[in-house]
Amino acid sequence: MIPPSFEYLVPSSLPEAIALLHQHGDEAKVLAGGHSLIPAMRIRFAQPSHLIDISQIEGLSYIREEGGFLKIGAMAREVALEDTALVVEKYPLLLDTAKMIADPQVRNLATVGGNLAHGDPANDHPATMLAYRAEIVIHSNAGERVVPVDDFFTDFFTTALEHGDILTEIRIPAPPANSGGCYLKVERKVGDYAAAAVAAQLSLAGDGSIAQVGIGLTNVAPVPTRASAAEALLQGQPPSETLFAQAGQAAAEASSPADDLRGSADYKQSLIRELTQRALRKAVERAQGRS
Amino acid sequence: MSHHKVTIEINGESVEREVDSRKLLVHMLRDDLQLTGTHIGCDTSSCGACTILLDGKAVKSCTVFAVQAHGKRVETIEGMEQNGQLHPLQEGFHEEHGLQCGFCTPGMIMRAKEFLEKNPNPTEEEIRWGISGNLCRCTGYVNIVKAIQYAAEKMNQPQQEAA
Repeated sequence: MIPPSFEYLVPSSLPEAIALLHQHGDEAKVLAGGHSLIPAMRIRFAQPSHLIDISQIEGLSYIREEGGFLKIGAMAREVALEDTALVVEKYPLLLDTAKMIADPQVRNLATVGGNLAHGDPANDHPATMLAYRAEIVIHSNAGERVVPVDDFFTDFFTTALEHGDILTEIRIPAPPANSGGCYLKVERKVGDYAAAAVAAQLSLAGDGSIAQVGIGLTNVAPVPTRASAAEALLQGQPPSETLFAQAGQAAAEASSPADDLRGSADYKQSLIRELTQRALRKAVERAQGRS
Repeated sequence: MSHHKVTIEINGESVEREVDSRKLLVHMLRDDLQLTGTHIGCDTSSCGACTILLDGKAVKSCTVFAVQAHGKRVETIEGMEQNGQLHPLQEGFHEEHGLQCGFCTPGMIMRAKEFLEKNPNPTEEEIRWGISGNLCRCTGYVNIVKAIQYAAEKMNQPQQEAA
């Protein structure tokens, strides 16, 4: 289907883009990679009056470590994650996630920032950013503000972004030594949304116990979900199969999936229970340098 | 309505057109330029039949507005044959029977072109992963993989004759 008519604007700076958003009212939308927005426009889920294409603003496509964070610019494409040695070597959870998003052609244009700003609980990056305890950098007329990812997803398809805001950067705390992570997703076919998926990130203390842990869940609630009770069970404990099983159960209980064409609620909770255990096992292996 | 003049390099030629902002790139290629080798399969960014190269990257032209391609380079299946010589990928699909109905073929070939540029010596598994955004409804994946392997081998051979 052909999307509805809109005005197309191409600002060359961030202040210009923010000014255009204010000038054209709340039916104006930011266009980055377009791989959530354009499909939504084709089926009239979105009918923006103006599209403000931020792809020509210079200096928004970076992926670099700086000040203790991995910083991902708003126009960094998904494919760039797979192509960045730093991500491949040091951020296995992010790499796992990048490979599971849509398909190669989509990843060539889709952006990490767009995946988050869309606010879709079925998207893959939100759970991963919860597990990493990332921060979202937002620019507006009032300047810059930094929102912890836990405060970013406020409701179904709703984020902390207000009209006139532009998501400009994602900050992932650089993991300490002996860290590992893993993203596991069950999908019916390549490019599908998850029936359920689990992101786990942890680091080990000198005695081998779990010093830090984050677990995020994809598409099992109206918003991306943190498995807080599972994290609390693991915190400070030596990793073990028994512990992973308890954490899997706690993660399943934190989920509230709905029956749909990807499976029953019971099935999805079973997936969370099992995927959490497998993701934790793999994360520990990676933290220990065994895989 | 919002009209824009766009200049796009398409298969090596600079093309200038006035387009409505909502016109998808695939419609510009097919309807305005009669480059109908690029197919529309699903119209939902799923099937990959509309895959073209945009500044060398394989993208689904049903999910890009023509205005977004302004100032960029587009390659379609029509640009693959050079001086009457089939591209090794086209030859591979012919030699290995990489198609039945042929509907997915242009998209498969354009995606494979980018894929082999990035990974000239792929394993079978890597090829299958590489074309995971392209659907074939004749269940011809085995021969499609063989066709891409054929092309990879041919492209890795030293050039026999100077151009």
